[in-house]
Amino acid sequence: MTHPENATEFLKDSQKAKWHDETLWFVRDKRDKVSKGIPEWEQLRDLASGIKDNVLANLADYLEEFERNATKNGIIVHWAADSEAHNRLVLEILQQQNCTAVVKSKSILTEECHLNPYLEKHGVEVVDTDLGERIVQFLNQPPSHIVLPAIHLKKGEISELFHEKLHTEKGNEDPAYLTQAARVHLREKFFAAKVAITGVNFGIAETGEFVVCTNEGNADMGVHLAKVHIACMGIEKILPRRKDLGVFLRLLARSATGQPITNYNSHFRSPSPEKEIHIILVDNGRTAQLAREKFRNSLKCIRCGACMNTCPIYRRSGGFSYNSTVPGPIGSILSPGLDLKKHSSLPFASTLCGSCTDVCPVKINIHEQLYEWRQEVTKTQGEFAKGLSMKLANGIFKSPLAYKISGSLMRNALKSLPNSLIYHPLNIWGKNRNLPDPPKESFQQWYRKNRS
Amino acid sequence: MKTKSPSVALFIPCYVDQFYPQVGIATLELLEKLGCQVTYPSGQTCCGQPLANAGYARDTVGTARHFIETFNDFDYVVCPSGSCTLHVKEHFPAIAGLEIEQEALEHKIYELIEFITDVLKIEKLEGKFPHRVGFHSSCHGQRGLHLSSGSELNQPPYNKARKLLENLAGLEWVELSRTDECCGFGGTFAVTEEALSIQMGKDRLADHLQHKTEILTGGDMSCIMHLQGIASRSKQELKFLHLAEILNQALS
Repeated sequence: MTHPENATEFLKDSQKAKWHDETLWFVRDKRDKVSKGIPEWEQLRDLASGIKDNVLANLADYLEEFERNATKNGIIVHWAADSEAHNRLVLEILQQQNCTAVVKSKSILTEECHLNPYLEKHGVEVVDTDLGERIVQFLNQPPSHIVLPAIHLKKGEISELFHEKLHTEKGNEDPAYLTQAARVHLREKFFAAKVAITGVNFGIAETGEFVVCTNEGNADMGVHLAKVHIACMGIEKILPRRKDLGVFLRLLARSATGQPITNYNSHFRSPSPEKEIHIILVDNGRTAQLAREKFRNSLKCIRCGACMNTCPIYRRSGGFSYNSTVPGPIGSILSPGLDLKKHSSLPFASTLCGSCTDVCPVKINIHEQLYEWRQEVTKTQGEFAKGLSMKLANGIFKSPLAYKISGSLMRNALKSLPNSLIYHPLNIWGKNRNLPDPPKESFQQWYRKNRS
Repeated sequence: MKTKSPSVALFIPCYVDQFYPQVGIATLELLEKLGCQVTYPSGQTCCGQPLANAGYARDTVGTARHFIETFNDFDYVVCPSGSCTLHVKEHFPAIAGLEIEQEALEHKIYELIEFITDVLKIEKLEGKFPHRVGFHSSCHGQRGLHLSSGSELNQPPYNKARKLLENLAGLEWVELSRTDECCGFGGTFAVTEEALSIQMGKDRLADHLQHKTEILTGGDMSCIMHLQGIASRSKQELKFLHLAEILNQALS
């Protein structure tokens, strides 16, 4: 289904859609307030953007520096060209450990690689330990937001789900009660897991350490109890120096949830005695994106989700409407690079309002890249563009009203525009909107009569 | 501005020309009242934005070339639309052989309000407009041309249109809950994502109605056409005027 079809479906439950919009707007508003609390906010964004530009321009060097230092620290470094290689590496480590049950803390990368179904197919139980992730996992759904994975669900729905899965009291919607039930359930899983998987927020080339940020402490709980820690990291997550974290940690928490600091920013540098740390550095389309000059800087993304919270489209269509692991504005510029045909409607799921660009803590010009992706989609006539041009052309030529109203405009414009000229197909326009009353004369006609 | 009369060309966007001639007239009269010598080059057509935003920027070379040639001989080009102005400045394809003219155009084209405040350097207008006015901040004017501060950014608040409006006697400025959320017009978005576009428009209107807007105004008739279309379909008692119409009326 295309984005417009999914959005139309989402909006049918108008009360829930309104609630979704308001809930995410609340997060955006919190972000606005907290970001205005520090006078150097815009300088921090400039700095972060500059540091990431430097990283992308020297990515190979930083990655090798990271590998050298991490290896020195006793971390085992692996490289994965794509998702299959990544998943295979994880499975091999698990098999070496005879491990059939793992705990995993939130990692968008493992979602991107579809690690869970892969491991389950090979007989491994995977438990997502972030509360929101566990909830969507119970429902067999992907996360609908990269920071707030279960934001599409209301309290009542979670209460019902927990009643079924965790045998909580029917109808008890108290968040503290439900969270406690999840804690008890997850604790058992933590104790049983020999291996813990985490994502990585930042890898530090200078020191060979990496940083994982969570609010629930679930990454730490998993890692400290397990014998083996597997960290999965996209190759763009590198920072040159430890002190760069001073810029990024301040931006990340404020942009993501409006908190001044994430509850747990855990640094992992070397394994404890008798334990192992593996890190898998994953490409999976990132170097291809790096080679696309217009879209390169989408790799600066630190996955804060601020562009989703601010996006008037995302708030009113929900994460699932994008059909892409990373939804929202940033997903709409990352995903076409992975599969242009599948994601061809995403660059059009925007009014190009530019709010995403202005909240982005690393200053990715998201709305300009959406515009550029549109140009690419129409070149290859992605499915959506084909439909779009048909729809627009039909709209104008099929509707005599449209043709009449825009008549002189069309005549003038056609002098210099090609035949595929596109103007509003007034038939769709008029479904829920009135047309302006056609004036008796155009401005041009008035001017000729009155001024020349 | 009394000492010098710049030659000003009026660029009236295609849909304003066809649907809202009164906005073109108000823009012209207002600029004349402010002492400008204004010409409307009659050969003008469209800036090509609908096509470019739909992903066919490569097909707008002819339109852009025609545009640059049409407006080449003027000191300034003024347009009552932030969106079309931004398109000319930032999204015209590079036109071979007209590089110098194109660059000059990018620097001499202004949206109407910024032309008044930044070029004519008019700080306030003396006039009267005794109404409750709600301002719709159009995205391309705001985030693209920086006609007002964005709620996303940590910057001192400002709003060029508000500065001019607030000085008018009797005008009450409406404070909205969401000061600069998109109305959902978005050009072809309005039809390709019809459901979302309508919902976004309804939400903007609700904000204005809740805060008792009497007249909804803005710098882009495209957003207003969309909002007005939804409001009139649901028989809402809102009036709609372009900023040029308010300022021109207030000054008469």
